[in-house]
Amino acid sequence: MRVATRRSRALRIGAGASYAGDRIEPATELAARGELDALVYETLAERTIAQAQLERLHDPDGGYNALLEARLRAALPHCRRHGTTVITSMGAANPLGAARHAAALAGELGLAPMRVAAVLGDDVLDYCEARRDLLEVSETGAPLASLPGPMVSANAYLGAAPIVSALAQGADLVITGRVADCSLFLAPMIHAFGWRDDDWDTLARGQAAADMVECGANASGGFYADPGYKEVPELWNLGYPILEVEPDGIATVSKLPGTGGVIDVPICTEQLLYEIHDPSAYVTPDVVVDFTAVDLERAGPDRVRISGARGRPRPDRLKVSIGVREGWIGEAEITYAGLGCVERARLAERVVRERIRISGIALQELRVDYIGLDSLHGAASLRPAQPPYEVRLRFAGRAAARRDATRLADEVETLVGKGPCASSLPRKHVREVLGIWSCLVPRDAVHERVQFVEVPA
Amino acid sequence: MTWFRLRELAHARAGDKGDTCNIGVVAYRRDDYPLLLAQVTVERVARHFGELVRGPVTRYELPRLAAINLVLERALGGGVTRSLSLDPHGKSYSALLLTLPVAVPAEVAARLLAAGRLPVPDESPQETPR
Repeated sequence: MRVATRRSRALRIGAGASYAGDRIEPATELAARGELDALVYETLAERTIAQAQLERLHDPDGGYNALLEARLRAALPHCRRHGTTVITSMGAANPLGAARHAAALAGELGLAPMRVAAVLGDDVLDYCEARRDLLEVSETGAPLASLPGPMVSANAYLGAAPIVSALAQGADLVITGRVADCSLFLAPMIHAFGWRDDDWDTLARGQAAADMVECGANASGGFYADPGYKEVPELWNLGYPILEVEPDGIATVSKLPGTGGVIDVPICTEQLLYEIHDPSAYVTPDVVVDFTAVDLERAGPDRVRISGARGRPRPDRLKVSIGVREGWIGEAEITYAGLGCVERARLAERVVRERIRISGIALQELRVDYIGLDSLHGAASLRPAQPPYEVRLRFAGRAAARRDATRLADEVETLVGKGPCASSLPRKHVREVLGIWSCLVPRDAVHERVQFVEVPA
Repeated sequence: MTWFRLRELAHARAGDKGDTCNIGVVAYRRDDYPLLLAQVTVERVARHFGELVRGPVTRYELPRLAAINLVLERALGGGVTRSLSLDPHGKSYSALLLTLPVAVPAEVAARLLAAGRLPVPDESPQETPR
């Protein structure tokens, strides 16, 4: 149906964000200088939507990315000037609210006429609630009714199709809730090149290219540097990646000249494998991708070419991410320094454990960490040759009731004055636990649709 | 055979999905890929991580990229959101994997020593140092 719009030159897509709180100015740079056809902001980690849904319970107009306005205010004028389409999952639990906000902002910036679309339908909480005894939790095999608390959100991972539909209707800005990360990038490729929705190898090449940039600067030097082993120039000034996609889905990843970071085959290999399990069957809503035949080749300074992915038919069912209120976590930390600091920290641990017992604090799980010794890797940690000069003791406990999580943190606080000698002041923190589980639902359970919002002139 | 840490031969990045951690491991030099396959076995990885990983370890091979993908199940304290760990995503697990001692043949050892890389000091590091 879009054969008439099929293009023959490469499509340039920028990756403007890879999590909710990502930096703003690298995307603005891409918008200003990247000569982009599309700029994509991916901002939803597994639990971001569940948190946003909790916010929306307090504020029905909220529940979308807090940086939406700041990001768009900085980048949209550039995007309009260069004809760059913006696609983003900043809608989180309220894509329509986010689209209304964005449309008002676009009007204020004098960007009308402009088409702003919200992609709706990923919210399947009602469907899941109604089938609590039928749908299976993927992690446990038990019905949803067995989840350890009330469900606050259930969002299906949509594919590229509703975004492609919005683009076909002339959208300049598309705001979504839960969409598979890669599919945000795949959508403008499908729209531009008119790929069929069963052209599995082409879709897989596009999805492999998308996978390379969906974590933003992780393809261009972020979370990579290891001095003496892996060097990254100007790590403080990372250029976010740009995909140049050819009509057959083969793509080159690059970045803006004058930015820091690095794009080479080793970092692209790390990124290609990031968060995949069986590399021969990476399941996305649009296509199942086989990465085992992918080739990565250097194509110039800070340029890598991605080719060779193969595809198989898309899955019949869609993955749903479910947020569950599971209680509270209380945390507190305190540092001991000087000779004997580890022994004093061990005595402090004993004191807190006894106080938990004496005070009857009800915890489901308690974890005690010695930061500086083995807090991240436990017994697998390499042992230091000498005792450390200081150690930070951390307690973290999960409780059904907020009160018990708070009491744990309060008990740690009393170590100053009532525990072993010579410590720092403690810090404490209590937060709610939003457990994330998943299930699969048939495609016809998900009613995805596009709604446009007027931009005031 | 001389023992070096895996860090001298490969780099790695860890990712998370629920309670499952994956670690992509990439040989710095394509020539060292067979060594990676021989040394970074699921048994050794499982033993190296010990009680951190409560489920199975699976290894996938990507010879075109000189890489392997390790999938560690029930490895993230019950899942990112309910874990009490300071690293609920297990993003630092790549660094733990790179402490794995690997036995390297003489020519590789000579190359690493010439590059200023140090072998594992322990006399018999077949078992992960504790």
